[in-house]
Amino acid sequence: MDTKRLIIVAVGGQGNLLASKVLGEAALLSDVPVKMSEIHGMAQRGGVVESAVVFGDAQSTIISDGEADVLVGFEPSETLRALNKCKANTVVITNTAPLPPFTVSLGIGVYPDMDELKTLIKAKTSRFISFNGIELAKEAGNVMSLNIVLLGALIQTGVLPLTADSVKKAIETTTKQAFVETNLKAFELGFQAAVNA
Amino acid sequence: MHKLLTDNPGQKMLLLGNEAIARGAIEAGVAIGSTYPGTPSSEISLALFQMSHESDLYFEYSTNEKVALEVAAGAANSGVRTMCMMKHVGLNVAADPLMTLAYVGVTAGLVILVADDPFMFSSQNEQDNRYYGKISGLPILEPSSVEEAKEMVPYAFDLSEQLKEPVILRTTTRINHSTGIVELKDIPQRVTKGSFIKDPMRCVTVPAVSRSLHVKLLKNIKKAEEIANKSEFNFIEGQGPWGIVCNGVSYNYVADAIKDLDIGDKTKILRIGFSHPMPAALVKQFIKGCEKILVVEEGEPYMEEMVKVFDQEEKLNVPIQGKADELFSRLYEFNPAQVRQNIATYFDVPYTAPPVTDLADVPEIPQRPPNLCAGCSHRATFYAIKQAAEGMDTIYPTDIGCYTLGFLPPMAMGDFLICMGSSVSSSCGFSQATDQKVISFIGDSTFFHSGITGLVNAVFNNHNFTLVILDNGTTAMTGHQPNPGVDAELFNMSGNGRVSIEALVKAIGVQHVSVIKPYKLKKSIAAIKEALDFEGVSVVISQEMCTLFAKSNKMLKPRAFYVSDKCKNHRKCISTFTCPAFSIQGDFPVIDPDTCVGCAVCAQICPENAILPLKK
Repeated sequence: MDTKRLIIVAVGGQGNLLASKVLGEAALLSDVPVKMSEIHGMAQRGGVVESAVVFGDAQSTIISDGEADVLVGFEPSETLRALNKCKANTVVITNTAPLPPFTVSLGIGVYPDMDELKTLIKAKTSRFISFNGIELAKEAGNVMSLNIVLLGALIQTGVLPLTADSVKKAIETTTKQAFVETNLKAFELGFQAAVNA
Repeated sequence: MHKLLTDNPGQKMLLLGNEAIARGAIEAGVAIGSTYPGTPSSEISLALFQMSHESDLYFEYSTNEKVALEVAAGAANSGVRTMCMMKHVGLNVAADPLMTLAYVGVTAGLVILVADDPFMFSSQNEQDNRYYGKISGLPILEPSSVEEAKEMVPYAFDLSEQLKEPVILRTTTRINHSTGIVELKDIPQRVTKGSFIKDPMRCVTVPAVSRSLHVKLLKNIKKAEEIANKSEFNFIEGQGPWGIVCNGVSYNYVADAIKDLDIGDKTKILRIGFSHPMPAALVKQFIKGCEKILVVEEGEPYMEEMVKVFDQEEKLNVPIQGKADELFSRLYEFNPAQVRQNIATYFDVPYTAPPVTDLADVPEIPQRPPNLCAGCSHRATFYAIKQAAEGMDTIYPTDIGCYTLGFLPPMAMGDFLICMGSSVSSSCGFSQATDQKVISFIGDSTFFHSGITGLVNAVFNNHNFTLVILDNGTTAMTGHQPNPGVDAELFNMSGNGRVSIEALVKAIGVQHVSVIKPYKLKKSIAAIKEALDFEGVSVVISQEMCTLFAKSNKMLKPRAFYVSDKCKNHRKCISTFTCPAFSIQGDFPVIDPDTCVGCAVCAQICPENAILPLKK
């Protein structure tokens, strides 16, 4: 089976671990070999968190610079920061609602201009899907469903060897019972956003 | 029921490496577990802790790794299978019992799991714990994948019982925090009680006894080497004149690289999973079939040195390299592309690395270091101390926990840190060797772990500093574990004792002890000033529950605050307090009501009293 490599970047607390878990469960349901790697611990205190998910026959669980087939960013400046993981034919999906780090409030750094950010990512990759995922998560009924909104868009791209049905099934078995309905709605909204992008 | 107790052999499950190891412990019939939590090992103990609530498995959070290993030593010498887990530096704390327990041995299986952290994702160093095998003489096993990690646990227990000594199972972060699909096996009946049979000539290490025990240990190393030579975890794959010796996650990168470079017909791999003692006969046989050899291992040249020794012993003179300027570094972790490139370079395989995206035109992206949470009591304590110590020439020795983040600006309160407990003891040295004001920080769990002896030392030797004990009612950084000072009911525990930090500190003989509630800024500053004025050892205990933990226990009724139009944009809230609930919007500070937990410290800092509670 072809190897497909996915990088997810987020800010600690945005729910990226659950997103990769849902994908892993969907792969298990679909008999697709899957391996993942993530960083826990101090980084989770508001720092940058990164998950790598490798589908197919590779044995490595991490992804080198320039070798991701698809990048999903939960926060736009973090998506830009992770461009080193991409190559010319990488598909990039990002939420556009910014979460500026406190270094910006302190005046130590300047948050990138959103138009410039989009132009840069678009120019360096093969397909770029960007939308305000926070608004869609709110529309689905819970701002914490941003992770599932982005999974919807990710599955729409067709890069991964996973069907929408298998991911929805994994959402039902993996996410908290009380949020399943919201999450399924979030998945659909994200999927549609990618269709329209 | 806990998912890791699922009794359905053959079922496939997606598990985190640490969960797979915990499941391996269940499949090995482990009946007793002990630990001090530490990333990247923490989820193993978390799983065992949770399972102990619904089974006859006994599990405890011990006060530190030395204690945990001694608990385990007692249990495993009573005929009960026991597992003791810790992060890599934890084994330094437990090194004292380890070295002599290797002489004494065990009567039932004892596996010591140590999790190394190459790249130091959440550690103070990246020491390579394989050398503990050499220094202690104990066997070391190292898995390459999540699935293998689970399989190695029962093997490690069998090996431990065969040799009647502890076995070290060594992982790295990329095993602990990788996820893979594993297949469940049978769960045997746990043997939860045994008995201790007196055997002073083995168990009481007076010099005359130890002299014979060392002889036994050396014999055991020979025996272990024979087992390692035939172990299923040391294997040769492929055929050809180029040899690659690898271990752990490096094996995966090597296997992928051989495929990517299409050199499968020229290359063979020796994967070492049983790495101490090194399987001499197997390695020598491997060397004999190679024209040249590359050793691929993260960390120190542990295997490389041994492979070179074996080559020399057999006078084979096969070129062997691993750590070198143009090849692998002893620094950090490896990655697949780096291993692919180095294999191509060493064996002279034509290979062009894929083009790297040109990022020259990407603007500088603001850094996002980790930060204390909104409403974190540590931030409030740091702020209060900063006010109380204004104008003083201070030294702030700090310790290991979330509060280490206080070293970042604008607090910049963290000047010295080497290991757990070093805040207190190093303060003794700083206060003796300087005339600066020494104020040190330690968390509740770290204080129990290794701060107490330093404080006894400070009282006994009459040092002069203020120790601030940040008591947030849990071991927060590693994922909210209990410690001896906590309310055990919050952790679903019953029958536990509770140690009062205040009573303990007073009993040690500290003459000036005060307890503050850090959200009450004025009172806290006044109490800290008194402590700083005291000549001798003073202790300030800052008590406020971790906000994340309070939130998860539904003990927090957040009442968000907002910046009203009285704001004159001094931005003192942002420049001196840096709570992540704040941001600048439209050139004015605003508070995100979803993030704010209503600690109200910013409201006490604002010179215009412009920060007010939102009306419900």
